[in-house]
Amino acid sequence: MALATPLPAAEAVFRARGLTKTYRMGEVEVPALRGVDLDLYRGEFVVLLGPSGSGKSTLLNILGGLDVPTAGEVWYEGHHLTGASERELTLFRREHVGFVFQFYNLIPSLTARENVAIVTELAGQPMTPEEALARVDLADRMDHFPAQLSGGQQQRVAIARAIAKRPAVLLCDEPTGALDSATGVRVLEALERVNAELGTTTVVITHNADIARMAHRVLYLGDGRIVREVRNAQRMPAAELHW
Amino acid sequence: MSALSRKAVRDLWHLRGQALAIALVIAGGVATLVMSQSTYESLTATREQFYRQGALADLWAPLKRAPDTLLPQLAAIPGVQTAQARLLALGTLGVPGFNEPVRAEVVSLPLDGGQPLLNRVQLRSGRLPDPERDNEVVVGEAFAAAHALRAGDTLRLTLRGRQRWLQVVGVGTSPEYVYQSPPGAVFPDFKRYAVLWMNRHAMEKALNMDGAFDNVTLRLLPGARAAAVIAELDRLLARYGGVGAYGRHEQTSARYLEEEMRQLQTMARLFPAIFLGVAAFLLHVVLMRLVGTQRDQIGVLKAFGYSHRALALHYLGMAAAIALLGAALGIALGGGLGRWLAHVYQGIYRFPFLAYQLSIQAVATGVAVSLAAAAAGALMALRAAASLPPAEAMRAPAPARFGPTVIERLGLQRWLSQPARMALRDLERRPGRAAFTVLGLALACAVTMVGRFQGDAIDYMVDTQLSIAQHHDLAVSFIEPAPRRVLFELAALPGVRTAEPVRMAPVRLAHGHRSYRTTIEGLTPDARLRRPLDAQLRPITPSADGVLLTDYLQDMLALAPGDEIEVQALEGHRRVRRVRVAGFVHESIGAQGYMDLDALNRLLGDGDVVSGVLLGVLPGAEPDLYARLDRRPWVAGISSRLASVRSFYATMGESLLVFSLVAALLGGVINFGLVYNAARISLSERGRELASLRVLGMTEGEVSALLLGQLGLLVVVSLPFGFAAGWGLCWLMVQGFQSELFRIPIRLTTATYAFAGLMVLGASVVSALLVRRRIARLDLIAVLKTRE
Repeated sequence: MALATPLPAAEAVFRARGLTKTYRMGEVEVPALRGVDLDLYRGEFVVLLGPSGSGKSTLLNILGGLDVPTAGEVWYEGHHLTGASERELTLFRREHVGFVFQFYNLIPSLTARENVAIVTELAGQPMTPEEALARVDLADRMDHFPAQLSGGQQQRVAIARAIAKRPAVLLCDEPTGALDSATGVRVLEALERVNAELGTTTVVITHNADIARMAHRVLYLGDGRIVREVRNAQRMPAAELHW
Repeated sequence: MSALSRKAVRDLWHLRGQALAIALVIAGGVATLVMSQSTYESLTATREQFYRQGALADLWAPLKRAPDTLLPQLAAIPGVQTAQARLLALGTLGVPGFNEPVRAEVVSLPLDGGQPLLNRVQLRSGRLPDPERDNEVVVGEAFAAAHALRAGDTLRLTLRGRQRWLQVVGVGTSPEYVYQSPPGAVFPDFKRYAVLWMNRHAMEKALNMDGAFDNVTLRLLPGARAAAVIAELDRLLARYGGVGAYGRHEQTSARYLEEEMRQLQTMARLFPAIFLGVAAFLLHVVLMRLVGTQRDQIGVLKAFGYSHRALALHYLGMAAAIALLGAALGIALGGGLGRWLAHVYQGIYRFPFLAYQLSIQAVATGVAVSLAAAAAGALMALRAAASLPPAEAMRAPAPARFGPTVIERLGLQRWLSQPARMALRDLERRPGRAAFTVLGLALACAVTMVGRFQGDAIDYMVDTQLSIAQHHDLAVSFIEPAPRRVLFELAALPGVRTAEPVRMAPVRLAHGHRSYRTTIEGLTPDARLRRPLDAQLRPITPSADGVLLTDYLQDMLALAPGDEIEVQALEGHRRVRRVRVAGFVHESIGAQGYMDLDALNRLLGDGDVVSGVLLGVLPGAEPDLYARLDRRPWVAGISSRLASVRSFYATMGESLLVFSLVAALLGGVINFGLVYNAARISLSERGRELASLRVLGMTEGEVSALLLGQLGLLVVVSLPFGFAAGWGLCWLMVQGFQSELFRIPIRLTTATYAFAGLMVLGASVVSALLVRRRIARLDLIAVLKTRE
């Protein structure tokens, strides 16, 4: 069954204009982004597709306040991110952004519940760790340590950790990159549910073109530019994906 | 350079902060080793050379009076090579511009105006007295320096109540007076105690000793048995008032010097062991971590065919490089400190020269021990590296296993925040490492406490001995026991508040085959100015039917209260009597006996006499009293209690301060090495975790608190252990330093605990700040992608 693509609300959460990022590697300048214009809307599920070195991660890092562009500007809900201080960027991440990493990056010495709690303790109006873990189907694994969980389970803990503070944006960098197909699908289902139920704007970076079928919108990056933008008329539920 | 060596060099460069911190700890150990061993060897060599050059005697025999014609008989005792007769007298000295009593020990020089055969005077300036002139004198160097005396200056000497003005013609030292402490005192007092050398002729006149001597020194033939010579000497001198001959081990200066050497040796063993132990541990942890992070590299190298041996040598080489760097720094530092320390000692001992040499043995030991510590530290890491199969080595290690801690199993987790749980679980997962870090920090704290301990101990000794046990202002000693009525004469002098009699009787105490030369002090039952104390520092009144002994003699002579000991008087009728041991008194300085004055006089059988008087004096009356006392022929010496306390602090204060600072610095180095390394290793092990938390919105401060909080916990936990270890280390030192000259009591002030605690916290904060700068530079982007 395909989902009808609802029109995303016209309200842009992120606005980026002319984003350019050049890394200096010794004597050589390596351009990672060459003038990207981008708007992300509330509740949107966006997939960034592109080969290695196309600038996906750089773009994500700049949106998440982990990196600053060499040129160009980013606004988050009217706040100017490009001029923000390190401290302001930390606060921005703390209050508005959820991150999901390729390798989960859970704290090995904390249980699933505690890994979520370490973020909810920082947040203003978080959901409980129990609720966050229930949303990713891990209610029965809450007191397990990372070493006692499979890769997919660890990634779902990471998603629970990312959404527990009710962020406006969820940024996921290759969330299924380290997982097999069946496990990856369960992780994507979790992301899909969060997007639908909480209305969290979700950006997923992937190499995997199949995943693009569950997005509202797909941005193709190549050589530091957005080379193509596709709006899926029909979204495919994550459960039906396989690769 | 092979590729592997290049890798070693670059890895070391990458680890330079940690490597340097470890090298500093090693340097601390090697420095203390080289410093104390070099000082020890240099002082030993200097002492031996000085003893040889100055022809230090082997035996000393004090007596009352014997004719010079007896000397050939003494020289003829089998085993005697040389015998030198001389006059030795105690007097008081007046130094223009210095209004305090100065005690002087005056030694006669041969009639011919030349050097004595034994215990020669090493002139530092000027000349020996002209045999034709009776008013010339050579003064001891330490005293001359304390009063800035030079040839041409004049001094007023009072011998047997007769005053004469003397002219200084030379400044010198002698191997017999290397360590110059006034009779009955333990610490030197350069301002108030002088050694003088005068013409024999002048002394004969002053003492009414024409053609007679009261002291003989002897040199033995190689292989001669000292005990046999002493027995024969005592037999021959008995009728001339001989009080028992003794050898170098009972001669004050030689004794003290020997003690000092022993203490240096204790230091040379104890401190390096602590430092190098900590360094081995640090190397171990750092190398373990390095092997951990280089699993993939090790796998690749093995896959390419590098042998276990080659890889083991690779990591061992890195450890050895750190050890050698530390050893080199330590040798340079220790050599310099040793030279400085030897000069400090030379200032106290006034050797005419200092044969300073860097101890080759210590340097070799330092290098060998550092390398051994490095190898020991590297050993387990090497095993870990060697045992990795290549394929496994290239895989990332499995996630670390964690479980709930004991506290949580007890159901107390409600009270713990997530960071606290992380810290506790991390500590519990590697209890060995945590325990070792705590142990190392405790040792750092302990080393600092040892530095302060000497000062505390001396304060305590001075406080008990010179404040609680003694209340007199002046102690007047007589040339020989005098009838008790002189007490009334002194009590009647203007300015005297109270006067109490005292008799100091030289004796030999014997129990079974053990014996010890000392004095028994006779005190009256109502004595207030001088009171022996028990272990709880309560005054004990000497009993009439027994002797109280310093507690140290209990072990030395294997005594229990109620035992009988043999007391042989070394003056007067030289009676031998058996006396009951009534009890023991607590004293840090010296070892002697106490008896009721009347009982002592009955025991010795030479009438109702006293050998000195203790005076309580009205404020301001002292200068006038000195003059009046000085005119009495039977007064041998006057000493002021407060002046000796002051002088003692002046002598020791500076060196104690320096010692305390050096120890604190060394403690700080260990502390810094440990905390810095522990923090750096946690940072490298948990960098990914911490960077993730930064990405998730934790501030730098929050992440730092997470990492450093765990270390802070260890630092705080280490403090009580550190205080206990400090106490234990002081106890060890005290055991090494015990002697009948003095026992350093284990007394540590709150200030010492506080100082050591603050040093630990301070050094930890400095290391934490250095590591915090690295937390600020965590790469937040790398963590999103790469797997370590």
